[in-house]
Amino acid sequence: MATIHVDGQSYEVNGAHNLLQACLSLGLDIPYFCWHPAMGSVGACRQCAVRQYKDKDDDQGMLVMSCMTPASDQTRIDIEDEEAKAFRASVVEWLMINHPHDCPVCEEGGHCHLQDMTVMTAHDRRRYRFGKRTRRNQNLGPFIAHEMNRCITCYRCVRFYNDYAGGTDLGAFGTKDNVYFGRYQEGTLESPFSGNLTEVCPTGVFTDQSHSERYTRKWDMQFAPGICHQCSMGCNISPGERYGEIRRIENRYHGDVNGYFLCDRGRFGYGYVNRADRPCLPERRDGPGTEPVNLGVDDALVQVSDALRHSRRIIGIGSPRASLESNHQLQALVGEGNFSTGIEDREQACLELMIHLQRHAGLPTPTPRQIEDHDAVLVLGEDPVQSAGRLGLNLRQAALSRAQALGDTIGIPEWNAEALKTLAQDRYYPLFIAWPAPTDLDDVAEARYAMDPDGIARLGFAVAHAIDPAAPAVEHLTTVESEAAHRIASALMGAEQPLVVSGGSLASEAVLQAAGNVARALSRRAKKGGLVLIRREANSTGLSLLGGHPLDWAMDELVHGHADALVILENDLYQRLPVERVGSALARAETLIVLDHQRTATAAQANVLLPAASFAESDGTLVNLEGRAQRFFQVYDPGYMRPETRIHESWRWLHALAANLRGEQVSEINLDAAVRACADAHPELAGMVGAAPDSHYRIDGLRLAREPHRYSGRTSMRANQNVSEPRVPQDPDSAFAHSMEGYSGYHEARQQVPFAWAPGWNSPQAWNKFTDEVGGHLRGGDPGACLIHPVPGQGSYSSPVQNLGSQNLESQNPESTDALRALILPRLFGGEETSSRAAPIQQRTEPPGVILSPADAGRLGFRSGDIVQMGESSQDEAIALPVLAQESWPQGWAGLPAGLLAGLLPGQLLTLQPQIGGAP
Amino acid sequence: MSQSIPSQRNSVRYRTRLLQPEAERYSDTHPLTWRLRDDRGVVWLEEYLRKEGYQSVRNALDGDPQAIIAVMKDANVRGRGGAGFSAGLKWSLTLQGGDMPRGYMICNADEMEPGTFKDRLLMEQQPHLLIEGMILGAYANNSRFGYIFLRGEYVESARVLNQALTEAREAGWLGDDINGSGFDFDIAVHTGAGRYICGEETALINSLEGKRANPRAKPPFPGQSGAWGKPSVVNNVETLCNVPAVVLKGAEWYQALSGDRTDDGGTKLYGISGPVEKPGLWELPMGTTGAEILDRAGGMRDGRQLKAWLPGGASTGFLLPEHLDLPLDFDTVGQEGSRLGTGLMTVVPQQQGMVALMRNLEEFFARESCGWCTPCRDGLPWTVKLLRGLELGRGEAGDIELLDKLAADCGPGLTFCAHAPGAAMPLQTALKHFRHEFEQGVCETPATAVKAVKG
Repeated sequence: MATIHVDGQSYEVNGAHNLLQACLSLGLDIPYFCWHPAMGSVGACRQCAVRQYKDKDDDQGMLVMSCMTPASDQTRIDIEDEEAKAFRASVVEWLMINHPHDCPVCEEGGHCHLQDMTVMTAHDRRRYRFGKRTRRNQNLGPFIAHEMNRCITCYRCVRFYNDYAGGTDLGAFGTKDNVYFGRYQEGTLESPFSGNLTEVCPTGVFTDQSHSERYTRKWDMQFAPGICHQCSMGCNISPGERYGEIRRIENRYHGDVNGYFLCDRGRFGYGYVNRADRPCLPERRDGPGTEPVNLGVDDALVQVSDALRHSRRIIGIGSPRASLESNHQLQALVGEGNFSTGIEDREQACLELMIHLQRHAGLPTPTPRQIEDHDAVLVLGEDPVQSAGRLGLNLRQAALSRAQALGDTIGIPEWNAEALKTLAQDRYYPLFIAWPAPTDLDDVAEARYAMDPDGIARLGFAVAHAIDPAAPAVEHLTTVESEAAHRIASALMGAEQPLVVSGGSLASEAVLQAAGNVARALSRRAKKGGLVLIRREANSTGLSLLGGHPLDWAMDELVHGHADALVILENDLYQRLPVERVGSALARAETLIVLDHQRTATAAQANVLLPAASFAESDGTLVNLEGRAQRFFQVYDPGYMRPETRIHESWRWLHALAANLRGEQVSEINLDAAVRACADAHPELAGMVGAAPDSHYRIDGLRLAREPHRYSGRTSMRANQNVSEPRVPQDPDSAFAHSMEGYSGYHEARQQVPFAWAPGWNSPQAWNKFTDEVGGHLRGGDPGACLIHPVPGQGSYSSPVQNLGSQNLESQNPESTDALRALILPRLFGGEETSSRAAPIQQRTEPPGVILSPADAGRLGFRSGDIVQMGESSQDEAIALPVLAQESWPQGWAGLPAGLLAGLLPGQLLTLQPQIGGAP
Repeated sequence: MSQSIPSQRNSVRYRTRLLQPEAERYSDTHPLTWRLRDDRGVVWLEEYLRKEGYQSVRNALDGDPQAIIAVMKDANVRGRGGAGFSAGLKWSLTLQGGDMPRGYMICNADEMEPGTFKDRLLMEQQPHLLIEGMILGAYANNSRFGYIFLRGEYVESARVLNQALTEAREAGWLGDDINGSGFDFDIAVHTGAGRYICGEETALINSLEGKRANPRAKPPFPGQSGAWGKPSVVNNVETLCNVPAVVLKGAEWYQALSGDRTDDGGTKLYGISGPVEKPGLWELPMGTTGAEILDRAGGMRDGRQLKAWLPGGASTGFLLPEHLDLPLDFDTVGQEGSRLGTGLMTVVPQQQGMVALMRNLEEFFARESCGWCTPCRDGLPWTVKLLRGLELGRGEAGDIELLDKLAADCGPGLTFCAHAPGAAMPLQTALKHFRHEFEQGVCETPATAVKAVKG
């Protein structure tokens, strides 16, 4: 701590900060541009000048840049000094020289940091009377719109894109007053984190193109605290709605999970919510091929419960992309013994193992923010950027944080970004990746070992043995494997805080057991460290805590005639098991009820399809890969703008269905009750109640406003339907109001913030008003409740012998020596079911290919670029793909992108055949 | 060894002129130039060795590196690139020992200050003196490798230096185990791509690393974390050329070279350009007056009258004829609102308009801004446009006050590096001494002024 004196007042601040950070953390306003809490200081914009005095006898002082001056003890500064104010006004005046002043047509307008800073410095007269420099813009792909005329040359974009996120295709070109930020030529931005440019850029150079289609000012949107549903990371988002559509997703600051940044899948993958083909009314289909009949809610409930009542046994199939509350209501409807998680057998086994390891492997699971403090990382069998987006950015920061340690040795403070970068150059903390294909972290990795799943597991077990001889050894290690294991082991042992990362991407329990052994070995050698296990979907962790039979069980029960009715919750079974298996099981169901917000192959077979609410129209709880239960809240009531729709939360449908089935009067259920019911029924989930305040929560007696106080058009936006304005929707489920009325300030500490706004701070920089210190934690505490706690001790080592070889699931099917085993590679764009239905994600998805080892390609007579067909030509879903022969790709495996072949299981045998009829 | 450089076809032979004959230069009084030949040929290794060459290296490499730093500090050799920072003090701050890797000895030979042509004389005609200075500097700073960051247009210097480096390497003055001392050091020439800002030491390092030539924040200073993050020393050519004599003859001798003219010791390569009878260079004691240099140059050409002069390049402040009798050293010139800079005077005759001159200078500075910080990047082009307006007689009321403010806002500490303050200094002094000339550019009827000036 340090005492600093600002404008005659004394304050206690963090002495490791610079003056700008310190003052902003105190709530004092100093304008700034180039500094960013996650990226540090570079001193480029010169906007944050203050007068600094040497001591209390110094009455002259001199202007300094607060971002480049340490907040050391007894520092004396004046922010309100006249000369400092005049200089700050000059800086904005310079920045505005070439700015087009196009705020009325600029999509940044209303949440623009440049607007805020211009107002803050009181620059309101233009004295520059000469011509403006103009630029050409580039087409940067489906996500980001580019308008270089607005650029104020703060260098934040390239610093984020290249230095922070590891991108290589955005640069600064030119010099003097003609610096251009763009690509060397037009083209899609390659970084999977490009969307953050829209928030990092202080003005409207980089804006959200998905928002542009149907644009709304920030103040005219309705927001709620959201949780991203596109992977297991659980990033906090701030979705904005207007006219019953999600218009854009921005980052919602969470000090422990996502900080200031999201991945592009999470930011641009919301389009499925707005699809015109979504089911909006209950539908009944009387037989295959017949037209569906729309039903009212009551009719639907009666008909569904009648059908279920007449069935012998109902099986409920839940979903890892639905909330805990919805899954629990389904479980309550069908009974615990009849509930399936909707997750394929092997994936579920991996999920259960991951929970076990988090509890019993001796190392705790760090928060994503804490990941960045680890100084050696081993990634076993994951490609984190592709499988968990944002997490890849955390891992990159862990490798880059060596710069800070090097800086400490010669007294360079943590915030001095350029100096640290210069000092560290390409020196990173050791990061080892075992993964068959190139990953997005290879550029900061010390080594990547391209191996098949069994090889990766072998390596992991060998590393554990090298760390702790008591860990079981792997037999017949090659010299290469042995050297790699020792190299990794010594790097992990040489670190203060080693981190082990693994997950379910390879669907290999052996890989997970190996990761667990490494964690155990580190723990037994008294290492502080962490274990991070990546799951596939938003609520995979939650479902494995909730429990239930795997999907395969449900299919078997149907096929064997042990059940005749099926209720499927937000789950497309065809994505999870082979087509024939699902098809033959569903064909045996007399009654098939599906709740979903998307028209899936499964939904198309439903006898009754109930229109479920998506994340944007519902509330619920998800558990992320840490084990953190997080609540998401309804952004808008779909019935307000479209009264004809009958979309409801799945848990509400299922609760009503249960009452109907029991022949009871349908009683209202609200979110509080749904949360409690789930928590009461599942001791492991008891903590979910604390994930967010309940519906009675008030600040100063007020609900929390979903709409900014400048929200306009409320009385007229439905005037085309009826000139009488209906009452705004009442929300029985949460403390939020569908209104601008309610609390939206920052003075009272709170966890749940739908949108960040503070007087004078309209841009995302307003989050700094909600945190305990800039870049710190929300003053009300970061939201969420941890449900998985490590148990003291390390448990016992898993044996490689028991685990290895278990991968050869289909080795009983060896008639074709040409067959290769499928290795499914997660991919950020196109690898996830719902976001793949969003147009920008579809445009961004890379054309798929099948990866072979050069040896296999040669043996089968394929060259890179040849088009091959999967499976038997008789199969109706034959897909043609180009071959990519990749050096170091493991032999015997065919790499296929996730989300391409629905129902393809990891390890499944494939035969590749030349495409009939040649290339198209 | 050849005594002259083989001429290159189609290239213009253009040499810097030292206007002191060999007979007037002695090893005891002209440490920088006494070896130079009247025929302006290159002093190659053989001749250099005959003239006390590599004597300092021979002596010093067996001794304590710290002794070199000590003698440099005592001699108070101040940076000849223009900043005047003590080279010995700079060297004493270089991180050495412990886990610190051996870093780089970098010679700043990016001589791009308008009106400056001294370093090329030393490089074109006497390359081994610089090499010897760099070896001594490297030994003192524990540097592993040396770079001469050379202005790209100095093709003659590049050829001479490269040939001299080969000679030195072959003779064992560079490479592993120099002269049996156990000290390893080698040097490479890196030619720049032509940006003035590369003369700023940290921008130079960035450029050397292959990055944009933006200056770096200090601290950390290059001595703590320089090229590729290693301790690095950047010194001007002339500074390094002083080192062998200081090491050989001692601090006291060096201090005495300037006599009682100034507190700064040693000699300086002074020079003059502009409409004088004989523009050129002289090695003179530190603290020589402008009047003496102008006198040596034969006075103003064709009877012109001196109106003002820049003491050491375009980024120094204007001085008036009344300042001609001041000793040209770092501190005295500083007290008069200017800087010694490179010590090469530029004279302005009476008939030269100051507005046009300033417009020309500011165009240079605005064009050479690296684009990193706002005052320099966006403030300097505005001054250019205002000056263009005034030059054309289309200025507006308030323009001159605006120029005052712009110049003040580009002052030291307000910008990221010294480039914009260097641009502001001549403007501020011109506005101070010749304000009436600027006022004449203000148009009485400002309505016509707006569009006429090309943006």
